Amino acid sequence: MTAESKPAVGLFATCLADLFRPTVAFAAARLLRAAGCTVTVPLAQTCCGQPAYNSGDAHSARCIAKRVVEVFSPYDFTVAPSGSCAAMIREHYPALLGDDPGLREKSQTLARRTYELTSFLADVRDFTAVDAAFNCAVTYHDSCAGLRECGIRRQPRRLLQQVRGLTLREMADSDVCCGFGGTFCVKYPDISARMAGDKAHAVAQSGADAVLGGDLGCLLNIAGCIKRSGGGARVFHVAEVLAGLAGAAIGEGEGEGEGGGAK
Amino acid sequence: MKAAAQNNFPHRVQTALGNEALQRALGRARTGFQNNRRRAVNQVAEFQRMRSAAREIKNHTLAHLDFYLEQFADAVRANGGQVHWARTAGEARDTVAGICSAGGGGKKIAKGKTMVAEEIELNPALEKAGHEVTETDLGEYIVQLAGEAPSHIIAPAVHKTRGEVLELFARHHGAKKRGGDTAAIVAEARQVLREKFTGADIGITGANFLIAETGAIVLVTNEGNGDLCSCLPPVHIVTAAIEKVLPTLEDLALFLRLLGRSATGQEISNYTTLYAGAKREADTDGPREFHLVLLDNGRSAMLGGEFRDMLRCIRCGACLNHCPVYGSIGGHAYDAVYSGPMGAVLTPLSAGLRVARDLPNACTLNGRCREVCPVDIPLPDLLRKHRMREFEQKLGGARGRLALALWAFFALRPRLYQAAAGALLYLLKKTAGRRGALRKFPLAGGWTQSRDLPAPEGKTFLRRWAQGER
Repeated sequence: MTAESKPAVGLFATCLADLFRPTVAFAAARLLRAAGCTVTVPLAQTCCGQPAYNSGDAHSARCIAKRVVEVFSPYDFTVAPSGSCAAMIREHYPALLGDDPGLREKSQTLARRTYELTSFLADVRDFTAVDAAFNCAVTYHDSCAGLRECGIRRQPRRLLQQVRGLTLREMADSDVCCGFGGTFCVKYPDISARMAGDKAHAVAQSGADAVLGGDLGCLLNIAGCIKRSGGGARVFHVAEVLAGLAGAAIGEGEGEGEGGGAK
Repeated sequence: MKAAAQNNFPHRVQTALGNEALQRALGRARTGFQNNRRRAVNQVAEFQRMRSAAREIKNHTLAHLDFYLEQFADAVRANGGQVHWARTAGEARDTVAGICSAGGGGKKIAKGKTMVAEEIELNPALEKAGHEVTETDLGEYIVQLAGEAPSHIIAPAVHKTRGEVLELFARHHGAKKRGGDTAAIVAEARQVLREKFTGADIGITGANFLIAETGAIVLVTNEGNGDLCSCLPPVHIVTAAIEKVLPTLEDLALFLRLLGRSATGQEISNYTTLYAGAKREADTDGPREFHLVLLDNGRSAMLGGEFRDMLRCIRCGACLNHCPVYGSIGGHAYDAVYSGPMGAVLTPLSAGLRVARDLPNACTLNGRCREVCPVDIPLPDLLRKHRMREFEQKLGGARGRLALALWAFFALRPRLYQAAAGALLYLLKKTAGRRGALRKFPLAGGWTQSRDLPAPEGKTFLRRWAQGER
């Protein structure tokens, strides 16, 4: 990519950001523009199909994957503010669509061009122009698919170093699953709650004021657990902090949060 | 395999989560196993290359399993051992029981740790035939006294606290006064077991590896009990599964380096012994008779199917030690011989997917098991394959299927999807009110039973973006 030609990025908002937390997707778009990309949001997108895939419904997953391949093929890159959805496209689409002669190559191409947001910013764009302030001690949860399928660990930390006022306090077992696991959390709520409780405990032990992560599923789970237990660390998606869009935290009510007194 | 009780998985989970002693024991074991493995693996710069090499050796061996098994069996026979092939658990059980009962019942049997014997439910059969069976691995001995099954493939009594073990010993060894530390527990067990070793008519052990080129049976232990079971009694029986075979001693060196580090975080286990058949004339010790029972029990069927990768498993237990689900509920909740991620792959294959369908589903697919697996078994992918078979065979609940079908219907129709999402979000936001999160919502009970549901911001991102917001 030459300096003059801006890469065209198709922003895959992810279903959870689209539904629960549009700010995450707006933050992603803002960061991508700051990193010199033109950003398009294809309005025909819904979900990557992972709920069907991980529930064993290969047929539905394949139908949805086909659509995503068609919708996102025109762009130089597809970027998602989620390691889990990015991994679905990068790691699992080629296997899922490998038997389809019309889509095999297309799915492989899309897989090669798809990135999770922080790894795209740090690894592909070498982005060093973060312009945000966050006067907070934060801890970082390494979401499983991002960590193990996309190799994301140092990228968000490297970007967060550039945020004014932010200090990072690593928690114990930051790489251990929070118990979200897609449909797992509603199919096996008792086990899920135990794992989320362990995560919330690790967050509290770190002494951080906020917990950040790159996957909204995990963050909704962690935030919901902290909220139910009466409060504690605030929860944000890493993109919100990097883009300077960290207002009300996930699950935070009116009058809570910074200056609110719920902490 | 115990199949009927599998249906009660949620109940067993609740019991396990509510058992404070179990939770304490699991927490301690988890931290210990993980820290020890990390330290041992970090000492070896080439660990990832060792994993790849091990995977390739196993793949090669499995591709030529018939050849290597024949070579191995010939070598065992040449060493003076007797080889028995068992297609099923029942055949293996009958074979072992037959050897033990030759010349009458009432034999004293000292047994080393063997998961294959658990798999074929050997102890009850031997006891029924009138023999006395004593487990000699400390963990196995503890669960035998407690009348339980092992809850971990390499640490059978990992679910027990020291206090529970002391209580158990007091009950079974008499109420003499004794110290409470681990050394005292070990010393006491040692004293009791010493007589069992010297008085045994028959020793039964498992095998960690079988070496095709020499016919050697490799046994790895930390307590040395396996060696006493195999050398002192006049008859030694080894129960082993067919996938344990490795082509050469050279290969063994690599696997020993991987096994100790992956299992307990040791560079090598305390005792690594290679047995080659019965006592020869010039030998000073060793059994008079040496029997090897080679178990298939569904493995050759796996060889030709989509779960073949699972046959690489060397039973190190690393996937159990790093699984957050196993770490929360322990091994007994799986109600199967093999627990944790490897058990969740194996149990549906042996007991049937219908009865064991919870096991592959009770997993977040977080991938930590694969990350630590010394032979790089894609455990999450194999668990997902079980889910696909389950879905195809319509074994899951109708409600889940309906929800999935409904969701897929909308996911394939973006306009409808957005319209429906808009209505749902409105409802969620209104219900949450100023609190910013919901304590309850219809059909969201699985979520809200133990955590709040953070409220959505309002409209969907796509709608706002389409309206020009940036």
